[in-house]
Amino acid sequence: MKLTPWFKSFLAFVSLAAATVAPAALKIGFAQTGAESAWRTANSDSMKAEAAKRGIDLKFSDGQGKQENQIRALRSFIAQKVDAVVLAPLVETGWDPVLRDAKRAGIPVIITDRSIVTTDETLYACFIGSDFFEEGRMAAEWLAKKTGGTGRIVELQGTPGSAPANERRKAFAEGIASHPGLKIIDSQSGDFRRAGGKEVMEALLKKHGKSIEIVYAHNDDMALGAIQAIEEAGLKPGTDIVIVSIDAVREGVQAVVAGKINCTVECNPLFGPKVYDTVAKLLAGQKVERKSFNKDELFDATNAGAALPTRQY
Amino acid sequence: MKPKAKSPIFWPLAGLVALVLLNAVHDLGFLKITLLDGHLYGVPVDILTQGSRTMLVALGMTLVIATGGVDLSVGSVVAIAGAVCAVLLQGGHSLAVTLAAAIGTGLLAGSANGLLVARLGVQPIVATLILMVAGRGVAQLIVDGQVIIIKSPSFEFLANGFLLGVPFAPLLVIALYAATHFALRRTALGLFIEAVGDNETASRFAGLAAARIKALAYIFCGACAGLAGVLAAANIRAADAYRAGENMELDAIFAVVVGGTALTGGRFVILGTAIGALLIQTLTTTMYNLGVPPAIAPVPKALLIIGVSLLQSEKVGRWLGGLWPKKEAA
Repeated sequence: MKLTPWFKSFLAFVSLAAATVAPAALKIGFAQTGAESAWRTANSDSMKAEAAKRGIDLKFSDGQGKQENQIRALRSFIAQKVDAVVLAPLVETGWDPVLRDAKRAGIPVIITDRSIVTTDETLYACFIGSDFFEEGRMAAEWLAKKTGGTGRIVELQGTPGSAPANERRKAFAEGIASHPGLKIIDSQSGDFRRAGGKEVMEALLKKHGKSIEIVYAHNDDMALGAIQAIEEAGLKPGTDIVIVSIDAVREGVQAVVAGKINCTVECNPLFGPKVYDTVAKLLAGQKVERKSFNKDELFDATNAGAALPTRQY
Repeated sequence: MKPKAKSPIFWPLAGLVALVLLNAVHDLGFLKITLLDGHLYGVPVDILTQGSRTMLVALGMTLVIATGGVDLSVGSVVAIAGAVCAVLLQGGHSLAVTLAAAIGTGLLAGSANGLLVARLGVQPIVATLILMVAGRGVAQLIVDGQVIIIKSPSFEFLANGFLLGVPFAPLLVIALYAATHFALRRTALGLFIEAVGDNETASRFAGLAAARIKALAYIFCGACAGLAGVLAAANIRAADAYRAGENMELDAIFAVVVGGTALTGGRFVILGTAIGALLIQTLTTTMYNLGVPPAIAPVPKALLIIGVSLLQSEKVGRWLGGLWPKKEAA
């Protein structure tokens, strides 16, 4: 029989598919939001590297910042009959229908990084995330100790309405409430962007002049932008103006070592080990915590230098 | 006497002046310009410097819109050009090579758009949407999903440097505006663009190379976006492939339309575009200056934009004219 090239490749495909199915490696689908920041890239890398280490067959999908892409990825994971699904949801709502499909197919879903809002809590197995609230609280606590409880603060908020911006704002406000000397004199959004942080800081420096003593930025990118604005205004970041930030990306920790950021609270993106441990427990039928958080550290002048060489992101 | 309201730049200029007055009343320090470390320092300087990128992108957009098209890809081209700069500078290439590559990237992107729109007859929105979506992916591919830090004082000078105390970026952009104005208005080129935008078929029968003129508008627009990408990367000393130039196409289109250029094509006002771009930047700075909470800042912005657009509309103008009948008309 003469085979057409098309049929040949089809046969090859079928045999290939059969070959990959044969070893019973754990199959996990991971629907990532996208690659919007260094943090996100580190998060993806951690998931991939840890999967390779444990011999897990990870189906990775980049949502490119669109929820419909993530939903499509989840549907395809369900069709491929994966053992478990990990979802880093881009937004909080709109997941119910696709999660119901996963539940019907008997596939456990783990939500990571950001939480979701759903009418049926049984639709996902558990949530593993970053504790944005705790990060804001740690920043406030450090600041109160460092300044002795007095100072005029400007806050650089993240994207209005996003979970990290909301929680970091609330927690910080609560944290400084017990120190009446610490006052937020202005709060504007730099949209989590370096350019945004710089632009807002330029404007606030002109508005308040030298009365700004402290900058609290919701992420390192905005803090790094603000540092440029402060330097261009002829002031010394870290000395003339105390800078507190969150994320502890490599460049942020470097700025701490250089004395330009006074303190940055880590938002650990290395989720891989914890997520796969949880999946293993789930599949073994053990109980897992409904809500758990990655542990975050704080870096200031005392420990940044030592931590810098081992920063992975 | 010809009433001033007939001039296309009257309303955006009025909006800009009103905004500046509002800020000055709130805090007189808004207008203050001082000398710091031998260069100008103050809010108006910031507005010019920060607004220069939108001004530049809007300049290219003006010509594209004048031909009756639109270029949605400029934001992505800004990101690609920034990424190209970061990678080349990291690889130790000279500033000249980097700049040429960044502007070349813009020219290439513009050529792709021009080819699709002018030669293949694809709808401008669809044709440029392709690059808008794909371009961001290209930019991320170039920098491998990372934010690349740029350590080059001469590169940074382009966005943050001062020439005789005056910020360099606005000077560069204003020079480009002037050059474009003379190139278009002192030659027949401007007329050609308007003719193509007004009626492509008629202009072709009149002997104009309509497709070539259209393609050139997109190429010019791409080059402007490429240079804006250089300025955006130099401004923050980093290439942020994911966020650089985000929503810039919308700001540019707004600046162009508010400045009196018709979205239907066939008419353009270069000075109006510059004023429109400054209007947007002043609006953003006003929100910071008045301390409007970020969650509600889009609302006053939207209101002002609606206001300026309504005032520009001929129908609304006629209706308003009916409310206060002119005495000298009798």
